[in-house]
Amino acid sequence: MELWSLLQDLLFDYTLRTVALGAAVLGIVSGSLGSFAVLRRQSLLGDAMSHAALPGIVIAFILTRSKFSLVLLLGALVAGWLATLLMTAIVRYTRVKQDSALGLVLSIFFGFGLVLLTYVQRIPDANQAGLNSYLFGQAAALLQRDVLAMAVLGSAALVLMGLFWKEFKLLSFDPVFGASLGFPMRLVDTLLTTTLVIAIVVGLQAVGVVLMSAMVVAPAAAARQWTDRLSIMVLLAALFGALAGVIGALISSSGSGLATGPTIVLVVSAIVTISIFLAPNRGLLWRWIVRRRNRRRLRVEAVLADLYTLATQHENRYHAHDAVVIRTMRAGQGGVAHTLDILQERGLVRKEDESRWALTPDGFREAQRITADMQE
Amino acid sequence: MSLTQIEIQLIATVVAVACALPGVFLVLRSMAMMSDAISHTVLLGIVIGFFIVEDINSPLLIAGAAVMGLITVSLVELLNRTRLVQEDAAIGLVFPALFSLAVILISRFAGDVHLDSDAVLLGELAFAPFDRLVIAGSDVGPVALYTMTGVLLLNLTFILIFYKELKLATFDAALAAALGFSPGLIHYGLMGLVSITAVGAFDTVGSILVVALMIAPPVSAYLLTDRLTTMLGLSAVFAAIGAITGYWVAHWLDANIAGSMAMMLGLIFGVVFLFAPERGMVALAQRRARQKWEFAQAALTIHLLNHEGTPAAAQENRVEHLSHHLRWQPPFAAEVVQRAQRHGLVERHNGYLALTDDGRQLARETLMLAT
Amino acid sequence: MEEKHAAIEVADLTVAYQEKPVLWDVDMYVPEGILMAIVGPNGAGKTTLIKAIMGLIQPAAGQISIYGKPFREQRGLVGYVPQRGSVDWDFPTNVLDVVMMGRYGRLGWIRRPGREEERLALEALEKVGMARYSERQISQLSGGQQQRVFLARALVQEAQIYFMDEPFQGVDATTERAIITLLKELSAANKTVVAVHHDLQTVPEYFDYVTLLNVRCIASGPVEQVFSEENLRATYGGRVAFLTAAGNGAEQVEPAATTAGHGAI
Ligand SMILES: Nc1ncnc2c1ncn2[C@@H]1O[C@H](COP(=O)(O)OP(=O)(O)O)[C@@H](O)[C@H]1O
Ligand SMILES: [Mg+2]
Repeated sequence: MELWSLLQDLLFDYTLRTVALGAAVLGIVSGSLGSFAVLRRQSLLGDAMSHAALPGIVIAFILTRSKFSLVLLLGALVAGWLATLLMTAIVRYTRVKQDSALGLVLSIFFGFGLVLLTYVQRIPDANQAGLNSYLFGQAAALLQRDVLAMAVLGSAALVLMGLFWKEFKLLSFDPVFGASLGFPMRLVDTLLTTTLVIAIVVGLQAVGVVLMSAMVVAPAAAARQWTDRLSIMVLLAALFGALAGVIGALISSSGSGLATGPTIVLVVSAIVTISIFLAPNRGLLWRWIVRRRNRRRLRVEAVLADLYTLATQHENRYHAHDAVVIRTMRAGQGGVAHTLDILQERGLVRKEDESRWALTPDGFREAQRITADMQE
Repeated sequence: MSLTQIEIQLIATVVAVACALPGVFLVLRSMAMMSDAISHTVLLGIVIGFFIVEDINSPLLIAGAAVMGLITVSLVELLNRTRLVQEDAAIGLVFPALFSLAVILISRFAGDVHLDSDAVLLGELAFAPFDRLVIAGSDVGPVALYTMTGVLLLNLTFILIFYKELKLATFDAALAAALGFSPGLIHYGLMGLVSITAVGAFDTVGSILVVALMIAPPVSAYLLTDRLTTMLGLSAVFAAIGAITGYWVAHWLDANIAGSMAMMLGLIFGVVFLFAPERGMVALAQRRARQKWEFAQAALTIHLLNHEGTPAAAQENRVEHLSHHLRWQPPFAAEVVQRAQRHGLVERHNGYLALTDDGRQLARETLMLAT
Repeated sequence: MEEKHAAIEVADLTVAYQEKPVLWDVDMYVPEGILMAIVGPNGAGKTTLIKAIMGLIQPAAGQISIYGKPFREQRGLVGYVPQRGSVDWDFPTNVLDVVMMGRYGRLGWIRRPGREEERLALEALEKVGMARYSERQISQLSGGQQQRVFLARALVQEAQIYFMDEPFQGVDATTERAIITLLKELSAANKTVVAVHHDLQTVPEYFDYVTLLNVRCIASGPVEQVFSEENLRATYGGRVAFLTAAGNGAEQVEPAATTAGHGAI
């Protein structure tokens, strides 16, 4: 069976195992820290940071001539962080808005990185294939030591998140109150931003600069639909991220010839779509069903109440009335016949003849209860 | 300068100006990141268009791309309207998905066509002059120059015709609606324009740097002027300067031209950010320094006014108590008093400060203005 | 009113946002155990005053003391109820969790809340009549319930002084009564409450002291002394016609025991 052989490959095939592990690390880290970014309405910060990391990677390479990923990732970290500082300064000191500052810093850092990258290509024997993988992501080219570097950085980010969980929650929910408690919220913000930069940098090699932002936003946006607890949301986001990473990496390295980054992004987008439609309570399908049920309940209750009104006006409460009368009372809202059928099924009304209906004793009691509720 | 070099600079300038004009409205309407989204997703429009007409040079591809740009905008709005995700998250969900789909479709089904994701993301302006427009057997110039001039003219025309509506919809959407202009129509018109511009431009500069061309010149201009017409003009000028200097820097470094253009636009922004006459950092620092003293003098007169004729005045208005009451460092307090005396706002009577008429008036005026 | 300790003393407070001054030379004296209303039109700087007292904004001039010492040393004595609109109520968290945030200050960095914090939070929720909702997601609360949650969060801070920014804004009549009862209880326990308030009619009924603010402090002191029509007119400008009924508690009294008079109280 195909699935079986895939599993076997996953366990015993070195490349596949490495790739899957790398993608899982990436998904877990960006999913969990992305949750905070999404909740703080900084979803696009990830986009900006990942693009801004490019010059950092190239400069780190130029300075060290090393393609060892930890070195390059440190370069990315510094650049991503600088970009964030610059954005903050622009928004704070000028009238330029957040969105413009993001777009500006993102594209200019990237352009600068591109100039450096094309410049590096002229350096003798600087085979920059390794650098190119940061642009578009090459999970298939991940080596064990790359995955190790990712795991080290990623764990650092997760440990920070665990330690400062309470402070990060405070920052995301009510920073002013946090400041009133004496927490230096600027510092907490810097800490959280740093962990986010780390998370992004961890994923760059696998997914690439261009699509990394999706790994920050999508798992968190999907997870948000399933729960109302921050802790569960972060766990779910990590799970979704890892799932998308592994599935995407497997599909793309199983000879389909599909690029890793886009495949992972499509998988995670599928998870988002499913969540938005199917998640209980919040999901669109759920909301649609609830709305439909409410509407039907209201219709049933209204018809019952009308029958009750008629019954109380007549000396015999179980006297049958013509459906036409009820239809006029409902002022052309339609569906009366269907509603009467539903009521009959429940034993609340009785069909006297082709067109006339009467309340049953059960129906009378139920109608009494409903009208009492309505008057409240 | 060779002919090719001149042609490249011409194309670069036209592309940059064409991008900067709709960019002004994106910046003013706080929709800058929409340019990032659209410039990526138009690729999907091109791919789908290509599958339909099977001709990579067909102008229908541009139409397909424009439609996809509009679809992107509506998808974001639709997603936002479910209130399940915030608007920024909606953008961050939609465009990577559509872009990924495009990349996969290309690699799967159109591998042999001139459409690879590197080129789409990065563009290569240096190759643009090699694609010549030949009419009746004679070479009339690079195709890119003609298409982008077309896009530039389209943008100019749209802005000229709908200038009033654009302005109104940008600064007061509610009023525009009340006056019977449909802000929605203007909005989608603008988004269509952005899409068409993005398609035209990404062949030469790539989808990421389209964002730089659309955002950086208007943002720089935004720090220099309050007038929409001036902002449009300045943006165009900055765009052109960025294009030409960018070309020469790239030439000198033997690096990617579009990246270099973005870098130069960044440099222009940097200069404006620091040195803009009113809103630059230097001006801000100078103004703050000046205002610090004016502000302190006003605070001093108001303090004196508040305590004038009250029993506490004797305590509050002693020079040596001032720094204590106002929590000012003694040298700072002394300096403020000196300046206030020099300006005739306060007088010193054996250790006590008293307001002059001018001082009293300043205090009153300041409070009036503040209220 | 008898001689009391000063819970809060504000002297010559001037606050500016970047270049724009929003509070000029404000003096305020708040005795221990009283309920004080801060009233003034929108943009008068009421929120700014509270934030400046709590050290959330650096003042340009002036001094602030809490029980005679700078705020920084007395932070533990202060509880805060921010404006309800200041947070995202769709945040994924429940009522109990939000209330426990009030303990974070005591916990300090890194330490997580535990059983003790949970117990205190439930107790506070009981006090505001929200115990049944402890597991409820916060977006599913009415405006009044949200306000009660914020109040409970301040209560678990176990403070001596409470700052409340518009605690009655957008709440139903039942909640308003519940809140004012709670405030009176706090006051009876010798806690001090400073609340931004909008309904001038209820000021004399709810509060002991009032500060009339509009960029500068128009007047501040016991309600019966300073809550006069004249002071209200000075605070709200000409738009005071609707207030005539509000000033009734103060009609026979001398207008304006203004800022300078406090030292004598
Ligand atoms: N962060 C800020 N930056 C600049 N100005 C501000 C800021 N917060 C408030 N303001 C301005 O300060 C003034 C007072 O605001 P605020 O204290 O919130 O008033 P109130 O609470 O009385 O309505 C207003 O004019 C407001 O526009
Ligand atoms: Mg306020």
